[in-house]
Amino acid sequence: MSNAFKTFTNGLLKENPTFVLVLGMCPTLATTTSAINGMSMGLATMFVLVCSNVVISMLKNLIPDKVRIPAFIVVIASFVTLVQLAMQAYVPAIYDVLGLFIPLIVVNCIVLGRAEAFAAKNNVGLSALDGLGMGLGFTMALTLLGAIREFLGAGSIFGFQIYPENYVNLIFVLAPGAFIALAYLLAIMNKLQKK
Amino acid sequence: MAYFLIFISAIFVNNIVLSQFLGICPFLGVSKKIDTALGMGAAVTFVLTVATIVTYLLQILLVKWGIEFLQTIVFILVIAALVQMIEIILKKVSPALYQALGVFLPLITTNCCILGVAIIVADPEQLAGKLPGEALAANLLTGTLFAFATAIGFALALVLFAGIREQLALAKVPKGMQGTPIALLTAGLLAMAFMGFSGVV
Repeated sequence: MSNAFKTFTNGLLKENPTFVLVLGMCPTLATTTSAINGMSMGLATMFVLVCSNVVISMLKNLIPDKVRIPAFIVVIASFVTLVQLAMQAYVPAIYDVLGLFIPLIVVNCIVLGRAEAFAAKNNVGLSALDGLGMGLGFTMALTLLGAIREFLGAGSIFGFQIYPENYVNLIFVLAPGAFIALAYLLAIMNKLQKK
Repeated sequence: MAYFLIFISAIFVNNIVLSQFLGICPFLGVSKKIDTALGMGAAVTFVLTVATIVTYLLQILLVKWGIEFLQTIVFILVIAALVQMIEIILKKVSPALYQALGVFLPLITTNCCILGVAIIVADPEQLAGKLPGEALAANLLTGTLFAFATAIGFALALVLFAGIREQLALAKVPKGMQGTPIALLTAGLLAMAFMGFSGVV
């Protein structure tokens, strides 16, 4: 029980994919223009992460060692295609915003990294928990960064206006703001973790 | 002239790293020295151009057979195979070039700017949106030029960033900001500088 719990919380804090491992930077920077966008990207990645972890841990004894990376990529790409088609059908507005970055979940280092580092060595239940924990950690980080950028850039959080309507600070919605906001967030996390 | 504008647009105005957020991992990972940055930039330029031509032609087949939904799977496998093939051919044909680029090649498969650009170029609508001006049609030539120019933009950003980081290594940085945070902050300032190009094309 404690082992399962440890696996789950590992991705949330101790090995948070964004703040500690610093993986998957492209979607982290690109899709966090608002809290909702960041959260959608995080959830899409979490779905792929859990499913691919489960399937890969089921197949780990069938896949020959030499071709394991291409095999993992095929499994991941299949789930990404699933997510892509489902989002296109049910949430077209979010699909349009995230656009290119949905198919690019395939090359997100977190997904392949967990497949190689965890799912290929552990059983199905633990792999699912690991995927869930990592996915939640990633979603949390993206939502947090999205909320900060949305607040600083447009004066709202999750679409709720906090500053007056005409407040705009475009730099935080554009590219430089993403780098700078993430830099300070990482610095704060570094500081907190040292304590 | 219109073809020249593709280069200006892809290298400066819509730089792939600093305004499109593709290829951030190698941008942060292999930018500690100018030499390695140059090697990585050259390797990406080579692979990106070849991969885009191959995936563009494959997309025609996918559309013909009505299986466009397999695009992601097919593209990533083809890119992975292509990188392996380029590695083997380079080793045989030009050992000197292999020496210079060899270590970077395996990393390129998971560089999202390769798959990203391949997906953009494969879709005529998206490609047309990326080309400056109305005069250019989305076809194999403009697609390849766009891919090549994008890769040059990647290499430029990488080398610039590596140059700054070499200097940064000598600077005194507050403890909490050391490592990734200060690198990201530098990238942010670089992105701000590149914003100055917006509106040029």
